[in-house]
Amino acid sequence: MSSTVGKDHDKEASRRDFLFITAGAASLVGAGMAVWPFINSMNPAKDTLALASTEVDLSPIEEGQRLTVMWRKKPVFIDHRTKDQIDQARNVELSTLKDPQSDSERVQRPEWLVMVGICTHLGCIPKGQRTGDQLGEYKGWFCPCHGSHYDTSGRIRKGPAPTNLPVPPYKFTNETTIQIG
Amino acid sequence: MAGGPRRQYNNPIIRWIEYRLPIVSTMEATLGRDMPTPRNLNYWWSMGMILTVALAIQILTGIFLAMHYVPTAEGAFDSVERIMRDVNNGWMIRYMHANGASLFFAAVYIHIMRGLYYGSYKAPRELLWILGVLLLFIMMATAFIGYVLPWGQMSFWGATVITNLFSAIPLIGETLTTWIWGGFAVDNPTLNRFFSLHYLLPFVIAGITVLHIWALHVHGPSNPLGISPKGKHDTLPYHPYYTTKYLTVFGITLIIFAFFVFYEPLYLNHPDSFKPADPLSTPSHIVPEWYFLPFYAILRAIPDKLGGVIMFIASVAILFLVPFLDTSKVRSARFRPIYKQFYWIFIADVLLLGWCGSQPAGGIALLLARLGTVYYFAHFLLVMPLVGWFEKPRAIPEGISKPVIPKERAGFTAETSPEAAE
Ligand code: HEM
Ligand code: FES
Repeated sequence: MSSTVGKDHDKEASRRDFLFITAGAASLVGAGMAVWPFINSMNPAKDTLALASTEVDLSPIEEGQRLTVMWRKKPVFIDHRTKDQIDQARNVELSTLKDPQSDSERVQRPEWLVMVGICTHLGCIPKGQRTGDQLGEYKGWFCPCHGSHYDTSGRIRKGPAPTNLPVPPYKFTNETTIQIG
Repeated sequence: MAGGPRRQYNNPIIRWIEYRLPIVSTMEATLGRDMPTPRNLNYWWSMGMILTVALAIQILTGIFLAMHYVPTAEGAFDSVERIMRDVNNGWMIRYMHANGASLFFAAVYIHIMRGLYYGSYKAPRELLWILGVLLLFIMMATAFIGYVLPWGQMSFWGATVITNLFSAIPLIGETLTTWIWGGFAVDNPTLNRFFSLHYLLPFVIAGITVLHIWALHVHGPSNPLGISPKGKHDTLPYHPYYTTKYLTVFGITLIIFAFFVFYEPLYLNHPDSFKPADPLSTPSHIVPEWYFLPFYAILRAIPDKLGGVIMFIASVAILFLVPFLDTSKVRSARFRPIYKQFYWIFIADVLLLGWCGSQPAGGIALLLARLGTVYYFAHFLLVMPLVGWFEKPRAIPEGISKPVIPKERAGFTAETSPEAAE
């Protein structure tokens, strides 16, 4: 454009440029606003969100037993830990951990470990919930997909997973019941 | 698409149409009798036709599958079994579709190998090449999504592992994966949208293919000598010369395809695909389809999650840069003694990576995958620029028709680059 517009018109051209830019910016914002409802329609729907909390009765789980429950279509591992397992989880130098977190930050009551049972690498379900499963080098859980080892606090100790198994929001509604989510 | 004077037709109906919509002449100018094509194309140039056929097979069989397929987490697996057992000829249509995907990838990989050997990506065909890489990306997405639809164990866990790649992106990773899933894990909403996209993307492929062929038409195909035709004596009309030549390849391809569909339909399948998806139990060894193995090996070779994802994407995306990384002015590897050797090492490296990707992670396979990954990227980032720089190309014939003329009269020149003639 500028090559055909003479010097005299420079001022006018810049006023026109201003109009172009504001009009362009406004239409971009408008286009963005028009696209958003479509993008947002792909986010979790209301009924999906409504499934968001689960109650679990802990009383049948014996010491040393592990149970898997579903919460938001994800497996949640509940581990009734033994004294040994708690000690193992607590006698660790935090600075040696890949994702440093103390065991007490990860549990509300030391004997109950509750966490989402999805490997933080690429989402496989780690082994360790069933008797006879491989527990990995740290006696917690082992993800066979690409070899991630978790300890008795569900913390990542070896392998490609970047973070510890996440602890979901949960609370004890009475002595033997928790509500997840 | 085509400019210039148009052919006159005698048939009055064609004349009537042509006057209003010049579609017949456009087609003839694109891949018909009015497309001047170098006279020396070999069989490696036939893959374009095979790719078009493969896309047609996928769309046709896919439309009929979609008439019986149920895109819900509850119904998908059973509906595919119903297609196999109860729907008339359903087994054949499904096996054509499943093996058609492999045919598609086999053809596209040969097509790309041809391009890398004969330097088809060099000026003025860079954009043609880039459109091709874009097609490869969309094909990969389509095939991955399609593999999820039968909702078996491999479908479900393949989808889980691949969609989780996005969670590696800092800050937005979590939100992004939730958005992709439409929930908090791969589930019914994910399957629904995957089906919607699986129906859509092949038509996007068809659209970009039109651009790809349009760009091809502008400068015509390259050829095994990598030198541009200098006139009529160097070219032949595409039809009937190449249409018939490549009909042979078409026939052989169909025989191989029929062999797989009718005799070995599950040769490339995985036993875990016969178990319905179970969100609580991961198969002990997740393997993708054969056409993703080299890239999967690269993903697993990197010990860091985000790093692995970046390299995984980069391993395909680096093809976009090939036209700018290869510094040699000579197109065809026939005249590039050093590059030619590296080319075959590269092919061996990709095959090695493919093998590594099929093995459980760890041990010797992991070590080889790491070495293979380093070499894979070195081929593009070091070998391509440096060899182009240092290599002394062999003598290049003056014209496409020259090699068939006695040597004394042919006038071979040592240093003429094909670019000079452009
Ligand atoms: C670029 C072209 C396409 C590719 C590469 C492709 C690839 C695939 C693959 C790999 C599968 C899994 C096959 C299996 O293991 O059972 C699949 C399934 C499916 N595809 Fe496609 N597809 C393409 C086009 C289409 C189109 C155009 C449609 C619909 C109009 C379609 C509809 C389906 C349906 C309904 C299924 C599920 C049934 C089944 O698993 O056999 N596909 N596709
Ligand atoms: S998904 Fe668990 S190690 Fe990769």
